This record gives sequence, structure tokens and C-alpha cells, in this order.
Amino acid sequence: MKIKQISVFLENRKGRLYEICSLLGEAGINIRALTIAETETFGVLRMVVDKPAQAAELFRKHHVTVNQTDVVAVEVPDTPGGLANVLKILSDQNVNVEYMYGFVKKFSEKALLVFRFDDPARAHQVLMAAGVTVIGEKDITGL
Amino acid sequence: MIWNEAIETMPLEDLKNLQSERLVKLVRYIYERCPVYKQKLDKAGVSPGDIQGIEDITKLPFTTKLDMRDHYPYGLFSRPQSDLVEIHVSSGTTGNPTLVGYTRDDLKLWGDVMARVLCCAGAKPGDFVQNAYGYGLFTGGLGFHYGALEMGLTIIPASSGQTKRQLKIMQDFKPRILACTPSYCLYMAEEAKELGLDPRQGSWKIGIFGAEPWSEPMRNEIEQAWDMLATDVYGLSEIIGPGVSQECTYKDGLHLFSDVFYPEIIDPDSGVPVPEGSNGELVITTLTKQAIPLLRYRTRDIVSMTSQPCRCGRTSPRTSKIKGRTDDMIIVRGINVFPSQIEHVLLGIEGIHPHYQLVIDRKAHKLDEVEIMVEVDEKIFSDEIKRMSALEQKIRKEIEAILSIGVSVKLVEPKTIQRSEGKAKRVVDKRSI
Amino acid sequence: MDIRFWNQEIETLAQKDLRQLQLTRLRELIGYAMKTPFYHKRLKKAGISSPEDIQDLEDLQKIPFTVKDDLRQAFPKGLLAVDMEQVVRIHSSSGTTGIPTVIYYTAKDLDRWTDLLARGIVATGAGPADVFQNMMSYGLFTGGLGLHYGAERVGLTVIPVGGGNTQRQLQLMRDFKTSVLHITPSYLLHIHQRMPEFRISPADLNLKKAWMGAEPHSENTRLKLQELYGIDIYNSYGLSEMNGPGVAFECAYKKDLHVWEDGYIIEIIDPATGKVLPEGQEGEVVFTNLIRHAMPLLRYRTRDLAFLHPEPCPCGRTGRRMSRITGRTDDMMIINGVNVFPSQIEEILMSIPEVGNNYQIHLTRKEGLDRLAVKVEIYSKLFTGDLSQLDALKAKINDKLRASITINSRIELHEPGALPAFEGKAKRVVDERDKL
Repeated sequence: MKIKQISVFLENRKGRLYEICSLLGEAGINIRALTIAETETFGVLRMVVDKPAQAAELFRKHHVTVNQTDVVAVEVPDTPGGLANVLKILSDQNVNVEYMYGFVKKFSEKALLVFRFDDPARAHQVLMAAGVTVIGEKDITGL
Repeated sequence: MIWNEAIETMPLEDLKNLQSERLVKLVRYIYERCPVYKQKLDKAGVSPGDIQGIEDITKLPFTTKLDMRDHYPYGLFSRPQSDLVEIHVSSGTTGNPTLVGYTRDDLKLWGDVMARVLCCAGAKPGDFVQNAYGYGLFTGGLGFHYGALEMGLTIIPASSGQTKRQLKIMQDFKPRILACTPSYCLYMAEEAKELGLDPRQGSWKIGIFGAEPWSEPMRNEIEQAWDMLATDVYGLSEIIGPGVSQECTYKDGLHLFSDVFYPEIIDPDSGVPVPEGSNGELVITTLTKQAIPLLRYRTRDIVSMTSQPCRCGRTSPRTSKIKGRTDDMIIVRGINVFPSQIEHVLLGIEGIHPHYQLVIDRKAHKLDEVEIMVEVDEKIFSDEIKRMSALEQKIRKEIEAILSIGVSVKLVEPKTIQRSEGKAKRVVDKRSI
Repeated sequence: MDIRFWNQEIETLAQKDLRQLQLTRLRELIGYAMKTPFYHKRLKKAGISSPEDIQDLEDLQKIPFTVKDDLRQAFPKGLLAVDMEQVVRIHSSSGTTGIPTVIYYTAKDLDRWTDLLARGIVATGAGPADVFQNMMSYGLFTGGLGLHYGAERVGLTVIPVGGGNTQRQLQLMRDFKTSVLHITPSYLLHIHQRMPEFRISPADLNLKKAWMGAEPHSENTRLKLQELYGIDIYNSYGLSEMNGPGVAFECAYKKDLHVWEDGYIIEIIDPATGKVLPEGQEGEVVFTNLIRHAMPLLRYRTRDLAFLHPEPCPCGRTGRRMSRITGRTDDMMIINGVNVFPSQIEEILMSIPEVGNNYQIHLTRKEGLDRLAVKVEIYSKLFTGDLSQLDALKAKINDKLRASITINSRIELHEPGALPAFEGKAKRVVDERDKL
């Protein structure tokens, strides 16, 4: 069960992040999770939103370079060692995590994390087999 | 001191006779030895017999960079490869590079004109020359090397770059003469100050600067910064490399060695000679070269020329500094760059057909910097930073391989490169030269 | 076998006459050496005050060795034997710090050196019809200009490319039907590995031979490269203290390198005791430069290990042959033909405040080329968590290193404590370059 991540190419310039976020705001699209990775000259904003297809279209219309990738949203017990346990399952099965980040808001007793894997399908299998809860697209939209 | 006094101070009438004699011989030589030129002359309806003296030169057709490219590699040569002892190559606009070759006598000629250059700038026997032009395929390095050797000076073949080492060499060996690009000389002054050195106390007292256009204000800055005499040298590899013309210590125009390189100034559009003193395109005929002599080669450099005598006693005509170009070539750190080369590279990288722009800047006496802005579209965008960085690297490396100078590549968002009438502006030159 | 000579008389001079010629030239050299402050003092101390004190070649052993550090001590003019006006060329190992070493040449010195290079070139069968692409770098390094001059004297067509830019090298080779290369073994292999990328194969080229130098390599490497390209490869040996390349060159038989003994006296010594070893035994190579008068060097210790072949070569040259270099007596690393000492790297790293105390030099080989990685620990107090700051730090370290050692390195940042500690015998250099 994969979900869509929206990534946006950003130059490192003042006010750019604000412009991107207000585009979403004006269109009534809600950001569920986000992270920024930066280099000296540019950055990549990655996020999970409630209406990914709409968001992508919106960005395209405004000449923002956008990309959609499959990521996996995982429920992690919000206790010490909770994340470590999940990572151990992945590591034991040789599943490589490219990067990960957390959701903005908590929706239950558990924390919700976004994982980018080089092989999302296999990661999903491994997690399901170990009894870890993976959140689907519908769940995100409904949150 | 004048290196080749008999020639360099020859009365104008004698000089004209010498040029006439050489041109008549040259046209016959080329006609007999180079089939491409023979065809070119036949097509223009000129036979060697039509050339009786230097005033007949306008009957000859022009030669352009395009001719060199179309007949790459050896088509324009008048001698077989086995007669060549050296080859130099520069990158062309796109596709084929520009090739020039030298016989043993051509190298002697080069040594002679470069010795004239060094003397003209004020070099004396016993001087040390720090040669910070790049050695290798670029003609700047080896040209000065041969000139210093011909004159019996001591050469330090420092080659270009490695500024700290250049300054260390200056301190270690105290050379009086520096040869490099003018912008690099200014850059070294900044570097020296940063290292706590006083450039005015440095050993360089004469600078011979070329390979890129520069101005009087820049000359003043260099002379102030280093307490030196800054002179201008001109040349291009198609003709011989550096050594076509050079300023004397009066700094009143560049003496063009017209006994071997015959100059004309023409209107670039009509091809007709302009009146003395007017701006026009410099056209050169190599009167004595053997391997690849050229008839009326269009340099694409805009200059003016005077034949008034100079106080130094040299009788050769003098040209102004370069005032512009007739094409879109830009010169960065002595390297000729055409926007079409960048386009060629970007198209060669799979899936990339983006908008791009070259931004050339010289920040506060620093070296010329080339930044290539490339718009990122969805085809090349990835959420993974390492892929984007790798793309940036790949573009940079490929462009550097073509241009042989360091560049930086900046990925920018779509529509950020300014466009005029729908067409992107390819070059933004922010340098104040 | 096609045996050609540049100067047959000298190259095939009878051993006895060769020794006599060496003696004459050595005595002439002593005359020049006595004019230098450095040797004047040193030779006096050894009981030599004029050329007459050298009666035969055995007397050479009375002269103390000269080492690299002597060159530094003598900087700038302690080893200069002629008026500066007579010097036409300077080559220098100038770094950015410390005392450089400098080599001076008169016009005649260059002329004699060029002649020895011409011998090497002709010994390998190259001639005026050849197109020679010189891939050794030009400038202060003697590798480029040395062979450039030699090849021009013989009349080859020289393409003075210098190193790097593989795409252009290949284009030039193809367009100009290059027949001879001067190149390091690692670069030759690298070019081959990158050929498919440019859709070129050795069969598309006109290559006939390569002169290979500046880097130690094995016979297997030569054989492999010969096979990959279908060409003949000849070893060349030299060092700037002995003028530059061309001190010894292989002939058509490719059975190790003829030393031009009328130009250089070679001795093989026990590096520990300094005793001269019998022919055939491996030891440190020591040279006396008989052809450079601007800056004489007597019994210079190269730090290279090799041995001499006692038996004559079927080509008829009487200059004895030295083996390929089998090792070094110091910790110098040769990275893509460039000499680098670990101490140079350490000096730079320790001058950068953001860098912690521990570092490691890691050498690997990829696509035939040496890769230098420098692993450093970041100094925790200066860590801000800003990714772009870390990128900038890497660039800064690389820039500073390149200014000193002239080559690029990949900088790896590590957490404090991740690298072996400075105390004890930490291994600073990890060399994982497999044999070519």
C-alpha cells in the first residue's frame, strides 16, 4: 500500500517556500507531512498532501517543477524504541531506507512516519509480514 | 632594445616592397601546394599571375573560421603532416576543433616574433620570465616559452593556475617579467594581499597581458596594484598564436609585425577596406608561414589601425585594443567560448533540452566566473538530492571537458531565465572590463 | 629486429671507452661543482679540491651522497655553478609552503638533455613520420616539456595536449592518426576503459607505440596494456634532479632500461650502509648528472629501488640496463603520476580549524585511475547541522589540498572518534589499489 509523495524543486531564494505553500493553501490542499533537503544552491521540498493529484496539477499550472513518487506511511508506536523496532525489521530484511520524515500531526496514539525506499513494494511486504500497520491513500485523504 | 631592428624599423617603402615580394611568392606557393585553396582561388577567378604586389591583395578571397572547420583536419595545409613538428588545437564553435600546425621554420618564425614581443615590452637580456599562460594545446604557454628561449631569457614555465604557487615562485626567483591574462594578474594582486604581501613590493615590473580583451582603466588598476608596466599582446592561433602584435613601452597601440602578418581593416558587412583610423574587422594574411599559411583570414576582432610612426622607432602599423567582435564569441580567462558549445553539450545529455543561460561575472577583481543556469523540468527532476547533484555534476564535467575551464552549474526553476520575444537570452556578461 | 640509433658511435661505445668518457666528464663536472658554495665546502671536506683529485672512477666513492634535503638547504643559489645570465630554464618543485627545490639549465644543458631524449625516442623505433600525442603535463613538471623537445628534435609531429580530458584525447588520437603516446600506465588503462563511452575502439586508431613513465608498474601491466591496445609499450625513467625524463629508456627488445651512461653515472647502493652493491643486486639508485653544468649533482640518492643487469643487450647499446623501479625507500606515494608525501596532506589538514585530529588517506583505483580519498573527522564544536555548510567544508578542504598536492581528492567527513586515533601507530595511509 503505497501513497504518493509530491516533491518540488526549489531554488534557495527568499520567499519561495512561502509561495509554494500559499499556492496549496489557496487551493484548499492540506499538507500532512513534509521535509526539505537542501544543497548549497537548491533544495527539494517533499510532502504528503491530502489531494496529491490536484496538488501536482496546480504546481504544473504555475510552472513549478514537480514530481510524484511512491512512499510508504507507517504507524510507529510512540514509545522509546518504537522507531528502532521498525527499523530493525527493515534492516534484518536488507531493505534500504533512502530517507524518512514525520507527519505534522498525530492522528492516534501512534506516530506516523513517511518512508522512501528504493524498493517500496518489497518494503511494504516486509512490514506487513511483521505486523506493522501501513497507511493507505484513502486513510490519508480521510485524516 | 629592438629585437629585429633591420625589419622592425624598416622604411615604409622598403617594407611595402618586402610585403609585395612575399605575397607574390606566397600565393604561388599556396596555389601549387594546397588543392583546397587552389579551388578557392579558381572559383574567385584569381590566378597567381594576377598578384603582382601587395596592392593586389584585395583580389584574393577571404578565409574564415568556417573554412578551417570545413576542411578539418589538414585540408587548408600546404605541407604534408610529416613536415609538421607541432600541432595546436582549440575548440571550435561546435563539432570540429580548429587545428593549426607548424613546420620547424614556422616554430622559428614564432620564436622570432615572440622575441620581438618581449623586447617591445621592455625585456632585456638576463631577465627572468614567469610564464603563467597555460602550457599545452593553448598557444599562449609555448609561444612565450619559444620567445624567451629565442631571446636567451630565463623562463620559468609556471603554466596557468595555482595562484599561491605563482606568488611563491615570484618571491623565490624574483622574475621581472610576468606573462598571463590581465584578469589573472589582478586576481593575483587580491590573493597576494590576502596572504599579507604587498604587491607593489613584488618583483614583476613588466607585464605582458593578452588572450582576452581589456581596457585602459584595467591597465591603470594593474599598474597601480603591482607598480609595473602593463602591456598588451595580441595574437590568435590561426595566425600563429601570441606574437601578431604588441605594445611598446609608450603604450600607444599595438605594433603589428606586418612584414610577416599583413593586416587589413575591413567593413565586416561589405568586406571593403575602411579609411585609416576607422573601426573595422582585422583581416590578416600570413606572408611567410609554411604549414598552414592563410590568405586574408577574418579574425572577427574589431580594431582601428594607424600607420603613423611611433616614438619607439618601429615603423610597423599600430592597432587599437580590441573594441569588439563580429560574432557571439566571448572570451573567458583566455578561452574562447561560444554559446553554441554549451547548447551542444546539454543536448548531448540524455533527455535534456532545457533553457540555459551563461552568466559571466568578475567579482571585485576576482577571476572571470562562468555560471551556467539550467532550468529544471519534470523530465530531469527527482526527489532524490543525490540524483540532482549528480546531474549538476555531469553537466558541469561535460562542459568543462569541452571548454577546459572550470564552470559552475546552477539548476534553476522553470521560467526563471529571462526571455526576450520568447527567445531566452543566452549570455549575460556582467564583467566591467 | 629493427635496430636504430640516434648517435650510434656513443650508444655503442666500448665499455672501456665509455668509462674513460665518464671519467673525463666527471672531472669536468667537478670543476663546475667546485664553483658552487654547496659543493665547494662539501668536496673540500672530503679532500677534493680540484678535478685532478679524481684519478679514476673509483674515486667517485670519496664523494659524499647528495640528498633531496641538500637541494632545499642550498636554495636558491647554493648549487648554481654558472652566472644567472647563462640560465635559460628553471624547473621547480615549488609548493605553496616551505622551501622549494629548483633545477637550473643553461642552453647547452638543455641541448645535451634533448639529445639523450632523442636517443630514447629513436631506440623505440619512432621517427619523423610519427604523430606524437604527449599526455604528460606541461609546465614546471619536466615530463611534458622534456619529451616535447626530444620529439621535435627527431622530427615527430608533436601534439602538446598534457594530461586529462579523455574525450578530447580520444578525439585527437582519431583525428590526427596519433601513432605514439607518452603516458602513465594508469591513464592508459583508464582511456581504454572509457573508449566504449565514446564509441571508439583501439582498432579505429593508428596507435603504434607508447612510452610509459612517471609511475611504477609491473611487467604484467605492460603486457596487459600491449594486448588491450595492440601496440608496443616502452618504459622510460627519469627525475627532475637528473634533468627530467629520459635518464633511461627501453630499446626495441623491451628488456629493461638502457641508462645513457655517458650522461649519467649510475650506482646501486645499500640504502642502510651506503655501500655500493655488486651488479645484479637490488638497492637504491644513485645518479651523478654528467651533462648539466648549471647545477651539478653528484651521487644523488633517488630513493628508488632497482638493480642493474650485468649482461649486454642484443641491440648493441653498451649503456647498462637498469630494472624497472621495484620500490621506494621512503613513504612517498605516486598518485596518477604525481608524487605526494603523506606529510603534505597532514600539514594542510591541520591548518583547517573545522577538521579534527584524526585523518586517513585512502587510495583506490577505479577505471584504471588512482582515486585519493581523504577521510577527516569534523571538529564537533563547529558542527551546526547545516548540510550546505558541510558541503562547503568539503570543497574548502579539497581546494586547499589541491593547491598543495595539485590533485583532486574526495573528502569524506566522519563523526569524531570514527577514525583510528592519532596515538600509537595509526595507519595513516590505506592503499587498496589493486595491481593494474
